[in-house]
Amino acid sequence: MEVVFLIFILVLSVFMGFELISKVPATLHTPLMSGANAISGITLVGALVSAGAQQTEIATWLGTAAVAFATINVIGGYLVTDRMLAMFKSKSEAGK
Amino acid sequence: MNMEIITNLAFVVSAVLFILGLKKLGSPATARQGNRLSSIGMLIAVIAGLLHQQIVTYEWIIAGMIIGGIIGTLAARLIQMTSMPEMVALFNGFGGIASLLVGWAALYGADVSTFSVVTIFLAMLIGGVTFSGSLIAYGKLSEVIGSKAVVFTGQRFVNGLLLLAIVVTGIMFCMEPAADSPLLFTIIGLALLLGVMAVIPIGGADMPVVIALLNSYSGIAACAAGFAIDNNILIVAGSLVGASGIILTNIMCKAMNRSLSNVLFSGFGAVKQGKSITGEVKPINVQDAYYILEAASNVAFVPGYGMAVAQAQHVVRELGKILEANGCEVCFAVHPVAGRMPGHMNVLLAEADVPYEQLVEMDDINPRISNVDVAIVIGANDVVNPGARDDKDSPIYGMPIINVDHARTVFVLKRSMASGFSGVDNPLFFKENTRMLFGDAKESIAGVIAEFS
Repeated sequence: MEVVFLIFILVLSVFMGFELISKVPATLHTPLMSGANAISGITLVGALVSAGAQQTEIATWLGTAAVAFATINVIGGYLVTDRMLAMFKSKSEAGK
Repeated sequence: MNMEIITNLAFVVSAVLFILGLKKLGSPATARQGNRLSSIGMLIAVIAGLLHQQIVTYEWIIAGMIIGGIIGTLAARLIQMTSMPEMVALFNGFGGIASLLVGWAALYGADVSTFSVVTIFLAMLIGGVTFSGSLIAYGKLSEVIGSKAVVFTGQRFVNGLLLLAIVVTGIMFCMEPAADSPLLFTIIGLALLLGVMAVIPIGGADMPVVIALLNSYSGIAACAAGFAIDNNILIVAGSLVGASGIILTNIMCKAMNRSLSNVLFSGFGAVKQGKSITGEVKPINVQDAYYILEAASNVAFVPGYGMAVAQAQHVVRELGKILEANGCEVCFAVHPVAGRMPGHMNVLLAEADVPYEQLVEMDDINPRISNVDVAIVIGANDVVNPGARDDKDSPIYGMPIINVDHARTVFVLKRSMASGFSGVDNPLFFKENTRMLFGDAKESIAGVIAEFS
């Protein structure tokens, strides 16, 4: 039942994703990708347990490396997306 | 038990914030706010994750976060906008390797069900492919390695063999899972190899497709990792990213009139050359360009990757401003695959302070291109090649283009007569209404600006 429940979530999110993303204009495709990158850093949440549960030494190392990589994604992804989006100005804002 | 409910409720909140964030990305006016919402969602998810009861020690978590945080911050601050494709490629790879590692570490958990093992296998496989594939993509984009497609005879056979080997070792591993099984390392090795093999046959001009696809893979890998460790938010967020990447991949493929399998499996470059073109090229100098522009009332700039290379976006914007002050209507027409990643040109133009109302898409400009007095092509080539429309023998035949040749006059800013990224000749240069402005794009535009003042 648990598996069915997870698959249920998966299918709904995929449909939701298709709906949302197809409305993003081409102008914003690069920020969309870097923003999506940041979201895929969600693996961080899983990595936290591996790094902190003290299962075995190797698992801790693997988890720590995963935390580091995923954090790069999250922090770097959101910051660079914000930097890009800040540059998109409308006509009224762009006029100095 | 109580804690688990709170954690899961927090995950619901962050899922909602991710979704709202993506929704607000639908317009440049709200996009920045959307990104913030999404980051708050992430923060909530991470805090909820930190409260997980299995976590007994925080020192390694903190160490990992500090390292990742510093690298991420520096990368985000220092990166040049022209290098965004490389950075996104690299970050895709980091997402992939993180999922691989999480899957691997999950094998050390107390009891692992068969279903979990299968998903762990998938997380490691997709994560590994994403990682090595992204590194190759990074290498190609930053020109550390050659950006040409690498194709050899028997490539498909080798790849088929590789896939078969992965399936076989995967099944064997799932039947007898163990964290120290040699099969595990075989799977990781094969996955990394597959990533390399998947990206090397893809040539430079097709890179936007690859980045979008790898973006999708990094999401799918996170999703698989979510199944492996029974975590809802990984599944939701991962599948959102997966869906996003797939849509972008599809848009890119359509914009090049090629199927995904065609992009992935047949290296470009090795194709036949279209009709050889003869005719006279009509060069123009900066002064004459000025006279024509001075009289124009509707100008469309068509930028390509060459504009980024020449760092010409700022002078282009400057010229746009001057033309506007001169009573001229100005727009910037961006082809979906211009640049090295989806939307790359728009970011560069936004950086140069071009208001987003002036950024128009191919489908908006084409119906009214005949009203354009001057179309200025800067560093774009294949995306304005009329051969794609008219010449059935052209390798890029069928690819939708911006029909600049239908404008009253076309200026092509070009360093020399060399052909574009795909190596295809461009009949546009020989058209009656085309004028070639040879030289560095930045200097040429600056020259025209100087004439105005």
